[in-house]
Amino acid sequence: MASLEQKTAAAPKADERVKQVGFVTHMMRRPELGAVAGLVLVIVFFFLTADSTMFSLSGLMTIMAPASQLGILAIAAALLMIGGEFDLSIGSMVAFAGLIFGVILTNFGQPLSGAIVMTMLFAAFMGAINGQIVIHTRLPSFIVTLAFLFILRGLTLVGLKWATGGSTQLRGIGDRVKDSPLLGLFSGDAFKGAFVWLADHDLIDKFPNGMPKVTGIPVSVLWFVVLALAATWVLLRTRMGNWIFAAGGDPNAARNSGVPVHRVKTGLFALTACAAALVAIITVLDAGSTDARRGFQKEFEAIIAAVIGGCLLTGGYGSAIGAFFGAIIFGSVSIGLTYTKFDSDWFQVFLGSMLLLAVLFNNFIRRKVTGER
Amino acid sequence: MPDVNNRAPIIEVTDIIKHYGSVIALNGVSMQVSAGEVLCLLGDNGAGKSTLIKTLSGVVRPSGGVFRVEGKQVDFRSPRDALDAGIATVYQDLAMIPLMSITRNFFMGREPRKGIFPFRHLDLTHCNNVTREEMRKIGIDIRDPNQAVGTLSGGERQCVAIARAVYFGAKVLILDEPTSALGVAQTSMVLKYIHQVRQNGLGVIFITHNVRHAYAVADRFTILNRGQTLGTFAKADIAMDELQNLMAGGKELQQLSAELGGTI
Repeated sequence: MASLEQKTAAAPKADERVKQVGFVTHMMRRPELGAVAGLVLVIVFFFLTADSTMFSLSGLMTIMAPASQLGILAIAAALLMIGGEFDLSIGSMVAFAGLIFGVILTNFGQPLSGAIVMTMLFAAFMGAINGQIVIHTRLPSFIVTLAFLFILRGLTLVGLKWATGGSTQLRGIGDRVKDSPLLGLFSGDAFKGAFVWLADHDLIDKFPNGMPKVTGIPVSVLWFVVLALAATWVLLRTRMGNWIFAAGGDPNAARNSGVPVHRVKTGLFALTACAAALVAIITVLDAGSTDARRGFQKEFEAIIAAVIGGCLLTGGYGSAIGAFFGAIIFGSVSIGLTYTKFDSDWFQVFLGSMLLLAVLFNNFIRRKVTGER
Repeated sequence: MPDVNNRAPIIEVTDIIKHYGSVIALNGVSMQVSAGEVLCLLGDNGAGKSTLIKTLSGVVRPSGGVFRVEGKQVDFRSPRDALDAGIATVYQDLAMIPLMSITRNFFMGREPRKGIFPFRHLDLTHCNNVTREEMRKIGIDIRDPNQAVGTLSGGERQCVAIARAVYFGAKVLILDEPTSALGVAQTSMVLKYIHQVRQNGLGVIFITHNVRHAYAVADRFTILNRGQTLGTFAKADIAMDELQNLMAGGKELQQLSAELGGTI
């Protein structure tokens, strides 16, 4: 680090007390550095220990499917954390949005398009309520959303029993939507034609009958990638992004400079809830049913992925692309361990250690960035 | 009231009153500041300086009194209104966000954008150029406008905050104890910049409890005590120790000063 910094002759008028910023320091200023380093570490580890099928195309898709579902939540959680708030209710929101979505489709017989729009609006509304409570009571968002973690989970159970007449699983969603033109956007695999073409030309593995072993890219992966890119662009290149950093960095200074801090935070809460609703829609459509345990503990996993991705717990610093890599690390380890000789229950041990390491690393980076000594 | 510059005041408040429930924070404060002058607002803790600044910058609304900006009566409902009227406030430690870059801090809340709607984005090249240029004007040579504000010294941060207000067209600058946390060299850097701002024709309201700093740059002094104006004096009419005594609002300090051998 410091020893690697360039100590070449400074420009004539430069302050002699300031060291030249070397390439290494420059890279260290990127919040996602920790996540990238972590991912490299994880890949090297599995390269040495795991069965080589893990690195085949089908192995990658097995990892990316759960990573992408977590990642959609993690990206939204990262934006919210940069904006200075937490949302512990996203896991429960997945279950609750799944219930709303299922009920609108089956009990109310609405088409898929209507169900998606209404579920999203409803989620945005719930998120905005979270935000308004946090803003107006000035309570920590940690406590307010912890309350909603239980409220929403409980409402999901009660609602499921009401909608099904006593069961905690709502079935029959698959049949309701199987002819919808929108289905392909939220369920199944994309680019199937391309994969068939690739198989025909012997570019990817195929079954003896000539069909490709991997039929396409799961749509959740596409959502994940698109959201990561969009969120990164918004954060780094738009006015809204500047406002998110400002709102999380110091709400008073931001407000004094004319940033509408309350609107930014409320919007971020709504966005996080919508991300949960998107995950609910994707997973419910894939399963054809919804149940009360959907999204269980996803709030913690999403926040951990965001922290691994470089978000500070105190807000004002972090990156969406970091959360993207954080989620992939998560998926790699949770699935990857089954390709090794290790007991896959090591996963949780790994998770905790990774979180601790990431927080220590982030604190170190923050001191580096602000020049704090 | 002496008006050294014989100009119409930009800000003029008359008998401003502010009550917080049963607490009377301001009980009839009057002051004015004109273009191209530095008015120093002096007062001990609890004199009402903070409340007066908050009133001028639109954070709180006065309970009574007249507030005129360039001759027109105003009623600010938010800091935004005050900013739009050309009144910019630089708070001692709330001006900058340490984790954000200098450029992002400089343009915070007023980011220039380009492009059409769904792809409208920040004009970062322009922002960086403006920031570097404005910093150069005030004699701070930054190598990289993308470095975090946390890496700047306290004096530099104050100067960046002032430069930002000037760049965005402030007519009056309210500086809330800009020098109180700074060392000697940093303080003179800020005081020098205040002088420069005055020469550019802005009105400056400079709040401090340090009489020495006040005397170095101010044209006039308004002294507050217990929510009231004790008086306004031109620099020529008052000596530094007289000012000190007025500000302390009593004889205790004189006594103490005598006991300690005249060192306060």
